Amino acid sequence: MSSSSLNVEALLKKMEQDLKALLTSTEREDPLMIGIHTGGVWLAERLHKALNLESPMGVLDISFHRDDFNHSGLSLCGQSSQLPVTEGRHILLVDDVVMSGRTIRAALNELFDYGRPASVTLITLLDLQRRELPIQADVTGGTLALGPDQQIKLIGPEPLELEIRQK
Amino acid sequence: MFEHIDPNQIQLTSEGELKHFITVEGLSRELLTEIMDTADSFVDMGAKQVKKVPLLRGKTVVNLFFEASTRTLSTFELAAKRLSADVLNLNISTSSTSKGETLKDTLMTLHAMQSDMFVVRHSSSGAAHFIAEHVTPDVAVINAGDGRHAHPTQAMLDMLTIRRHKGDFTNLTVAIVGDILHSRVARSQIHALRTLGAAEIRVIAPKTLLPRHIEALGVKVYTDMQQGLHDVDVIMMLRLQKERMSSALLPSESEFYKLYGLTADKLALAKPDAVVMHPGPINRGVEIASSVADGDRSLILDQVTNGIAVRMAVMSMAMSGQTKCRMETAESFETRL
Repeated sequence: MSSSSLNVEALLKKMEQDLKALLTSTEREDPLMIGIHTGGVWLAERLHKALNLESPMGVLDISFHRDDFNHSGLSLCGQSSQLPVTEGRHILLVDDVVMSGRTIRAALNELFDYGRPASVTLITLLDLQRRELPIQADVTGGTLALGPDQQIKLIGPEPLELEIRQK
Repeated sequence: MFEHIDPNQIQLTSEGELKHFITVEGLSRELLTEIMDTADSFVDMGAKQVKKVPLLRGKTVVNLFFEASTRTLSTFELAAKRLSADVLNLNISTSSTSKGETLKDTLMTLHAMQSDMFVVRHSSSGAAHFIAEHVTPDVAVINAGDGRHAHPTQAMLDMLTIRRHKGDFTNLTVAIVGDILHSRVARSQIHALRTLGAAEIRVIAPKTLLPRHIEALGVKVYTDMQQGLHDVDVIMMLRLQKERMSSALLPSESEFYKLYGLTADKLALAKPDAVVMHPGPINRGVEIASSVADGDRSLILDQVTNGIAVRMAVMSMAMSGQTKCRMETAESFETRL
């Protein structure tokens, strides 16, 4: 995928279609959508609306569950987790990108502290590969291979744009 | 009286982050706000089934209490456990010091057990500072009350409780009532309130329980409770520290209650939405009437809940700063090699 085709709206459209198909095939009723701060929350809000989901969405802040506390210390994103009851629910976990998989591991750990969900489905806008943990997205807008000195950032909430930066 | 020392030289890293928490005096408004913001996130954690985060997993926290305390010790213990730390409670007054071991030897022994944090309570002012500076500078030290000097986590939990109920400090008139003379809590509260920009800070006490030159801290002094409570937004009661009173400072407890006890009548002089706080343990019928302590304006139990959150915030922030310092030291050591 070249950088010129990084159209968030197009990626969201594909995610919406794939997620709809997945929900139909798995017959999971009344799923609970949860966005990871901050990019994941913006995307979850869009998907929640597009799919017309009944249950209100939740917000997950993983600051206290990150695995790099011993290296980078505490960093707060400023808004704490706001989750409805998750026990026994089918969770749709939304984040902007999945790269190493460490954020998702932290999110899963935190999620389980709120209760035992029936299932967790991972939905990301982009898969940046370079995985360091055995974690895969179930639905993704697209795959992107970044150069070693490149970073990508989702800018939002309105409009949503992807920006590639040189480190 | 005291030699002036800049506490921030010891409690902050070169980047201005917390690595020990000895006093609120001299800390910036930004840092106090960061402590409250972090604590706010921990208060929200109450909604979780598993009320624990892994921030201090694998770290060892030693509660070193040279002075008896139940409430502070148990909230520090719970705070450390909710951060997933391993916790050791040592009541030093009843252990090795009675066998003749010096403070320094006790600390070096605990240091050799690879402790990462000491929570220190001591009856001498400056004890926590002394430990952080001279004995174990690479262990994060949290002051849980030293003599008449400071009780910074108590002050910060009071600030958090005020902020959660009043939102902002800049329009608030706050009255601190009671045994100001012996109170490290009052001193820390005054510093924190000033830094956070409270409009007016009053202290209300009989002359015998007021330190000399207290006005120098920027407070208005009242010896008449009726005048002092007029139109205040927040009333912070203090415990009468009978155990620290070596001479006859008060005619009697009932006399004190009559003049300075917070009753419903006296509370009516404050603003209609004024809130009542007390660091505990409360002496009913000495500092505060039961009807006020249990009334709907009382935030005494909120203070306990917020106390755990503030202690979690301070412990994780100090450990974060301390860890970064250790990494820098390790790197500079490698460069020298």
